[in-house]
Amino acid sequence: MKVIPFMKWRWIAIAISAVALLAAIGSLSVRQLNWGLDFTGGTLVEVAYSDSADLSAIRAVLDQEGYEGAVVVSFGTDKDVLVRLPDGYSDEQGALMVDKLRAATAMDIELRRIEFVGPQVGEELRDDGGIAMLTALGLVMLYVAFRFQIKFALGAVIALAHDVIFTLGFFSLTGLEFDLTVLAALLAVVGYSLNDTIVVSDRIRENLRKIRRASPGEVIDVSLTETLGRTLVTSLTTLLVLAALALFGGEMIFGFAVALLVGVAVGTYSSMYVAATTLLQLGVNKEDVMVPEREGADQDGLIP
Amino acid sequence: MINRYPLWKNLLILIVALSGFYYAAPNLYAPDPALQIAGASSSQQIDDRLLSRAQNALDEAGIGFFGEVLQNQGKSALIRLNDREQQLRAQSILSRELGDGFIVALNLAPTTPDWLMEGGATPMKLGLDLSGGVHFKLEVDVAAAAERKLNQYETGIQKQLREERIRGRISLDGSKIAMQFRTEADRESARREVADLYPELFLDRVDEGETWSLYAEVTEQTIKEVVDYAVTQNLTTIRNRVNELGVSEPLVQRQGSNRIVVELPGIQDTAEAKRILGKVANLEFRLVAEANAPISERQRFEYRSAERGGMTEWLERDVIITGESVSNAQAGFDQNGQPNVSISLDGEGGMLMSRATRANIKRRMGVLFIERKYRTRYEQDESGEEIAVRIPYDEKKLLTAPVIQSALGAQFQITGLDNPGESSELALMLRAGALAAPITFVEERTVGPSLGAENIQLGMKSVQVGLALVVVFMMLYYRVFGIAAVIALSGNLVLLVGIMSLLGATLTLPGIAGIVLTVGMAVDANVLIFARIREEIRSGSPPQTAIAQGFDRAIVTILDANITTLIVAIILYAIGTGPIKGFAVTLSVGIITSMFSSIMGTRALINLIYGGRRVQTLAIGGVAGKATATEGAAG
Repeated sequence: MKVIPFMKWRWIAIAISAVALLAAIGSLSVRQLNWGLDFTGGTLVEVAYSDSADLSAIRAVLDQEGYEGAVVVSFGTDKDVLVRLPDGYSDEQGALMVDKLRAATAMDIELRRIEFVGPQVGEELRDDGGIAMLTALGLVMLYVAFRFQIKFALGAVIALAHDVIFTLGFFSLTGLEFDLTVLAALLAVVGYSLNDTIVVSDRIRENLRKIRRASPGEVIDVSLTETLGRTLVTSLTTLLVLAALALFGGEMIFGFAVALLVGVAVGTYSSMYVAATTLLQLGVNKEDVMVPEREGADQDGLIP
Repeated sequence: MINRYPLWKNLLILIVALSGFYYAAPNLYAPDPALQIAGASSSQQIDDRLLSRAQNALDEAGIGFFGEVLQNQGKSALIRLNDREQQLRAQSILSRELGDGFIVALNLAPTTPDWLMEGGATPMKLGLDLSGGVHFKLEVDVAAAAERKLNQYETGIQKQLREERIRGRISLDGSKIAMQFRTEADRESARREVADLYPELFLDRVDEGETWSLYAEVTEQTIKEVVDYAVTQNLTTIRNRVNELGVSEPLVQRQGSNRIVVELPGIQDTAEAKRILGKVANLEFRLVAEANAPISERQRFEYRSAERGGMTEWLERDVIITGESVSNAQAGFDQNGQPNVSISLDGEGGMLMSRATRANIKRRMGVLFIERKYRTRYEQDESGEEIAVRIPYDEKKLLTAPVIQSALGAQFQITGLDNPGESSELALMLRAGALAAPITFVEERTVGPSLGAENIQLGMKSVQVGLALVVVFMMLYYRVFGIAAVIALSGNLVLLVGIMSLLGATLTLPGIAGIVLTVGMAVDANVLIFARIREEIRSGSPPQTAIAQGFDRAIVTILDANITTLIVAIILYAIGTGPIKGFAVTLSVGIITSMFSSIMGTRALINLIYGGRRVQTLAIGGVAGKATATEGAAG
């Protein structure tokens, strides 16, 4: 079997990753994220008109009723309308607004959903989300350091951070709404990408022990080549179901599916290039993965 | 023998798979739309006569129904309807027919057949995003609770020092109580008194020129206890009120330190729900009127408890204090082991109480419980349609009327109660009068029933399409092994649904997404195993050895990869709320079931196909046919 010289091209990969990450961070600091209601607080009302809805008429009604800052968009179909009120309206305003919309049109209006989120909840969620992400990365690093070795742990965590920042950047650039389900998807991306990274690391560890007289770079190349088939097949099946979810799952789950699609695609790349490259740059070698001698064997001398 | 599972292993897999089917099966039976009738008070019985009244009313309205039955020893009744569209209409017809004494709730009655019910198999509950309904998140005002507590301490200290004749100035200073004294001796005795009275306070002495100061600070721990108490109190009250709303399966749950989550499936009228949840129950303390008092100065009230049903008492019209003055009420026992309730009032309440009782020792004092209730009236609106109008009114009933033994102050006891049950209920009622801290709605989500149904439909479609795509791919890519993997994958889905049902987990839209994701990721273990087997074949191992080696060597990798993913899923569960928790549960259970099905399940199938016989080639794709190597062994 021909070994693919992955590591020979690692500088190109590093350059690509660096540019992508810079773009992501740049966009995150300039455009920031289009935070969903879960995080900003406010009121969201989704209604279904019996026939196609006239958005400008609805805006006029809301203007007249004094709903300042109301955003009216169609949602999925031209009959479904989404109205978002900024934070500061009381929890009763959503239901009142639906009554006013009903009064203003001859069409039937069906209430699909009302969501009200107080400002304190939103802020807390953002903090909790950040903390969860960091806790996840920290615990994963601990586990990998314990099961493998600290260099592998660093490789895994850098790969994960890479995927998360990339996906966040994608949401920032496209302006897709970042709601609670997207946050959950992001954590699932961490889980998935980790899965991939572990499989690759596992093979690298195995080959470091097994293959003698080969440089670490060559061992990594061999390992990546061996796991390439598996990595691609698993990513493919996962991407297939995610595509099904994005296409058929409906508007409420669309952001979730997109976040995972992007994350899984990047995660596949990062488990090969980011994790492995980090390992190589950290100077991984045989000694790092040697099966330790029986524990305590060399400690006898310490006991007087 | 190589690649043969012992009988017990095959049996184990079979049993697990069958149990999975058994517990997943109830989800196949769609529930019936139904109405549940219950009495407005818990003592109310429902009998056949009432049921037939309901039946007649539905018959008259032309609403089809079946399976009407009494439940819970006549505490409630269930009527199943033919058509879900008519559920709301049927509810308003029955509410009208049966009147305000009964609550008619929307319900989805499970249709799980008996042979599944017997084993405890029940369908998964649907989250609000799938079933439709209202979700509230309420927050207890921590700052207000703390402030209230601080005021209580201030009053208590003031009173104590006055009694001990220690002169000093007492004031509130931010989150502390500041006390200033003229002499160090005064401060020292004050310090001892306060420390005795409230050992939980943190005391700090500061000398400021001529004055000797003492600061009492409420510790974090105490604040936490106060909040805790306030939340528990609100939780109980809200639970009682939710029952009035006529929801079949409400959820009232504490979340974090100071939040309460209320979920009401099927409810659409949020304004009504909030009115009832936020409704204020209150108390009034009044003297029992003397027999010769003029009628204009007294009022008659009924007792609230069922044992004294119908008994009444004349009370004075003047109110001594209301429930807002009650800062705490606790059930306990006196020296003689008789149940009593200790009541604490705030400073002003204590003063009023002492003024009113001083001159009235040996008279009796009544405690009134006031509840806001609603009466339904039916009116015609402009277009001639009949609408239900809810008219609020206050219902005042007497809780108890004990004899005043001595002049009462900020702290006193009610004794002479019949049993501990009575005292704890009275304490609960007294506390309910003044909720220990104000609550606000911080989150509210309403999902209409049509959106819920649509979400289910969309979710199901994505599961089906996703599964179909994976099945086709696996069979094309891995041939016979792919078929084994696909069977194991389907088994995994059944097992996942079965365990979620058994755990009583709630299915949400992100939960369905989790199932879809599990389908995609679950094949990973098989892909890992098959890749190893292919490698073994390429490096020249005979087929049976390749299978055995492939499975064995892949397992370590699979375990490591899945445990780390599980860590992430658990974190997700810990931080997530509502739907996200649903996703985390699905993901975690999915990881565990997929490990079982893809390692044990697939192995059993492969063993059945290839095990224990001479095999020349393995139909695993990629290498078996033309040996077009895409991967290979390097070691």
